[in-house]
Amino acid sequence: MRFDVRRVAFGLGVVIVVCIALVALLAPWITPQDPFVQNLEARMIPPIWMDGGVAGHWLGSDQLGRDYLSRLIYGARISMLIGTLVVICSGAIGITLGVIGGFFGGRVDAVVMFIITCRLSIPLILVALTVVSFVGSSLAVVVFTLGLLLWERFAVVARTTTMQVRTLDYISAAWAAGCSLPHILVREVLPNIVHHLIVVATLEMALAILLEAALSFLGLGVPPPLPSWGLMIAEAKDYMYFSPWVILVPGVALFVLVLGINLLGDGLRDRLGAARDA
Amino acid sequence: MLKFLARRLLLAVLVLLTVLTISFALTRLSGDVAVSMAGAQATQEDVETIRKAYGLDRPLTIQFVSWVAGIASGDLGRSYLYHAPVSELIKGRLPVTLTLGATGLVIALCLALPLGIIAAMNEGRIWDRGIMMVAVVGQAMPGFWLGLVLVIWLGVKWQLLPISGVETWTGYVLPGFVLAFSAVPALMRLTRGGMVDALASDYVRTARAKGLTRMSVVMKHALRNAAMPVVAVAAVQLGFMLGGSIVIESVFALNGVGYLAWESIAKNDFPVVQAVVLFLATIYIALTLIADLFNAVLDPRLRIG
Repeated sequence: MRFDVRRVAFGLGVVIVVCIALVALLAPWITPQDPFVQNLEARMIPPIWMDGGVAGHWLGSDQLGRDYLSRLIYGARISMLIGTLVVICSGAIGITLGVIGGFFGGRVDAVVMFIITCRLSIPLILVALTVVSFVGSSLAVVVFTLGLLLWERFAVVARTTTMQVRTLDYISAAWAAGCSLPHILVREVLPNIVHHLIVVATLEMALAILLEAALSFLGLGVPPPLPSWGLMIAEAKDYMYFSPWVILVPGVALFVLVLGINLLGDGLRDRLGAARDA
Repeated sequence: MLKFLARRLLLAVLVLLTVLTISFALTRLSGDVAVSMAGAQATQEDVETIRKAYGLDRPLTIQFVSWVAGIASGDLGRSYLYHAPVSELIKGRLPVTLTLGATGLVIALCLALPLGIIAAMNEGRIWDRGIMMVAVVGQAMPGFWLGLVLVIWLGVKWQLLPISGVETWTGYVLPGFVLAFSAVPALMRLTRGGMVDALASDYVRTARAKGLTRMSVVMKHALRNAAMPVVAVAAVQLGFMLGGSIVIESVFALNGVGYLAWESIAKNDFPVVQAVVLFLATIYIALTLIADLFNAVLDPRLRIG
């Protein structure tokens, strides 16, 4: 069989995402230590393969003596949780708007397009920071803020693809069979555009995870002492010149997870035959 | 063309009005702005003084109308933290952010155009696959983290480039590169897609048949057609970059509009926050308007509808 880069990339994406999802689910059973327990006598221990590494702290410890590997594992929970919840929230908003705009066209569509244009004009990170700061930072606020902001790609793709299917024969057949409008939208239109939307979902999940990390890095995301990867990078920043691994470890974790999701999304796009620019 | 222009302008004005309302509403989310501005130690009297001084004791609609009226006459309000007009603050910080955005855009185009063209010319072959892989990897890189990593190695360990401040132009290289990084994958994919279509078209085949060199066909015929959507998206990306520079400015300690916004958000300086949100949104709206008009001038088909 011919060596195919795309197959390998897709496989790699699946492996990365499944592994990190498992780690996130099993976090309480596989962490070597409690990620919240501080030990001021064991601060800034380097990872095991560096000079001064200690068995038991495989990836070392942070500036408060908390086990870095345990925090990293619990951090996977936060990233996965935020990614999933944001996609559900933004998907619900975006798909509803997009399907309605694409199906009805005309004035309704013009309104939907207008809402999308307005959303695109708003500076994303700035508004997210403002909302989190003024409402108060918590995991739930971050999820809702990002969920309310990241729906526009869902809407754009749902709209275009709905336009393509709305004139097809099975829709006319459903009308003729006396199906109700909600039935047609949910049971006829949605299943025929869902493969495009799955690809968008992977892109948005990756984006949500990166944005959460950026917000937490700026101090207005997930509040401490929760072990968000972005927050770990922010907390470690003061020590990075002497011990670069403190920012390399959470950064690489973030990079690998997002890369895995993107590879998975690209592979799905090829497999499901979704639009290239979705 | 005139009709198209009028419609497009009307849309921009409507979007602007909506954004105006959103930026006002955003800063009222905390419920009582005066309480959060006064801080934890403030007495009831302090809160009342602030409320009076900033007109926060008036009904929301009146506050909104007076804010909009102020903007119409060029007054964006006064900063609570700096005791200075917001417009002066933004004007003072703007050169840094604009230079950063322009540097980012130039670097992004210098990377994305050649890579996209090379990928398209080798469509389906190993160079194409390799370049597209780089795009996927680049997309997964968190910008602020890349910034920190470059600061550690290029800035501190090897001392090649300054890590903060913009006393000389070299100060813009690292932050500009990091900012460009976020825009490269999208621009590159677009260049590649446009070039693949153009290279497969009839006019390119004609040009080849006339005996023109491969280089001249790619540069003069194909690129000119493929570049149009790239220009439009580059304008949009510049808007995103200016909005996203808040993260990069904080990594590289650059005193631009983004840093001003972050500082005001953290310290509840709401007049500055609502003005910066509005300001960045306005730049974005203007950029997309210019891109649309530019495309309409180049391609008459777009003027309908």
